[in-house]
Amino acid sequence: MAKPNLSGDEQMSAVNPLNEENVCLECRDFSLFYGDKQALFDINLKIPTKQVTAFIGPSGCGKSTLLRCMNRMNDLIDNVHVSGQMLLNGNDLNARSVNVTDLRRQVGMVFQKPNPFPKSIFENVAYGLRLQGINNKSELEDRVEWSLKSAALWEEVGGRLQDNAFDLSGGQQQRLVIARAVAIQPEVLLLDEPASALDPISTLKIEELIFELKSKYTVVIVTHNMQQAARVSDHTAFLYLGELIEFGGTDKIFTNPQEKKTEDYITGRYG
Amino acid sequence: MLKRDAGQHILHQFDNDLESVRTKVMSMGGLVEKQVENSMVALAHGDSNLAEQVAMNDYQINAMELAIDEECNQIIALRQPTANDLRLVMSIIKTISDLERIGDEAEKIGKYAIDLATEDRNQVYFTELKHLGSKVKVILRKALDSFARMDVASAYETAVSDKQINKEYEQITVKVIKVMSENRSSVELGLRIMWSARALERIADHAKNICEYVIFTVEGKDIRHASFQQALADFKYE
Repeated sequence: MAKPNLSGDEQMSAVNPLNEENVCLECRDFSLFYGDKQALFDINLKIPTKQVTAFIGPSGCGKSTLLRCMNRMNDLIDNVHVSGQMLLNGNDLNARSVNVTDLRRQVGMVFQKPNPFPKSIFENVAYGLRLQGINNKSELEDRVEWSLKSAALWEEVGGRLQDNAFDLSGGQQQRLVIARAVAIQPEVLLLDEPASALDPISTLKIEELIFELKSKYTVVIVTHNMQQAARVSDHTAFLYLGELIEFGGTDKIFTNPQEKKTEDYITGRYG
Repeated sequence: MLKRDAGQHILHQFDNDLESVRTKVMSMGGLVEKQVENSMVALAHGDSNLAEQVAMNDYQINAMELAIDEECNQIIALRQPTANDLRLVMSIIKTISDLERIGDEAEKIGKYAIDLATEDRNQVYFTELKHLGSKVKVILRKALDSFARMDVASAYETAVSDKQINKEYEQITVKVIKVMSENRSSVELGLRIMWSARALERIADHAKNICEYVIFTVEGKDIRHASFQQALADFKYE
């Protein structure tokens, strides 16, 4: 399988061109193995700063695996090893010197199913702040309000911050989890199928939120919903069987992809 | 060939939808071709009955345009086509609009045929219109074939040949103007001849547009308004 040429700016034509200054995350010949089984093959990819990058591809193509490498969630799985480099702002995040807790503070993550803590709405958002040693009440209140506003949830829950987080709807819980992630002001937000368990209206709210989040954060989203990738992302990467097939501006990928595999996948054809 | 020939949609109904609309475009093309043919015969022989028939049949073309438009709306709303599917649907929407305009031009030629019915067919004008008309029919036929087969090479070739039509149209115009300026009594005839030639030239322009949509569908490249020579050079280079 030919490796896509990602060096040319042509592929980035319609959105901001990718240059060395605005690369946030970069994979260089990045491979991952579960034991003997290789799951990612020599991925070369540059994720631009403060834009939304979507990973699409069929189940098992490695898109979630790749996403989880970006804040080393795969460390939690036995028998996983990687080769090549995964760079965050030019620094290899798999280097020995990297403190994983610090890394995950910089690179936040939101999962498919909302996973709020069994605590009040306020405490959910304040949790990470307290871990950072912030205990001043008014500062906590300010940061919680800011985070809930950032996650477009303040209007709905501002008056009932002491309610249990489980009293919220699924869509609200997901936005609460996003508020919790942005409270500690990460640089990157990784979203793994953030809307797949939600109804269409809640999904649109999350998508609207993603659009707003990109002014402050680099967002990487994994989604099975191609229309969602088309709606929210600036760049799209198509993965298939652990390989990066094509990466380019979302407008280009959905109107005129260069690789036949990409075209077959996004048009819903047999590969 | 169209990349989509390589595989079918997982959702077979989507293939059926696209095939149905493509087939309808081809029948619309066939009908339009017939109308152009009849209008040319009517003009060549001063056959007013045939010319009136052309005018009366135009409603069928209009009805097909509406029906195909509606089907494309349905496909966009229900299937959300992307990539080559999207380009095909967009091209179809544009193609049928050009076909409808060709139908209108044929109707116009029919009207001029009625006005010119009593003129002497041995005049040089009629020979020239016939010659132009036969070239226009070829370009239209080739454009429709390129669409049916999604044949890019033929689309390029056909689109380029529009230049010759324009040239021939210019020659007729120059000649008619010369005669009209020398002989005032020939103005009425001259104008109708010129309008007929103009209608034929427009038909070729629409055929060229259809070729451009074929290229867009297959290659994803919009060559409208671009330097055609450049587009052709790029195509050959690839």
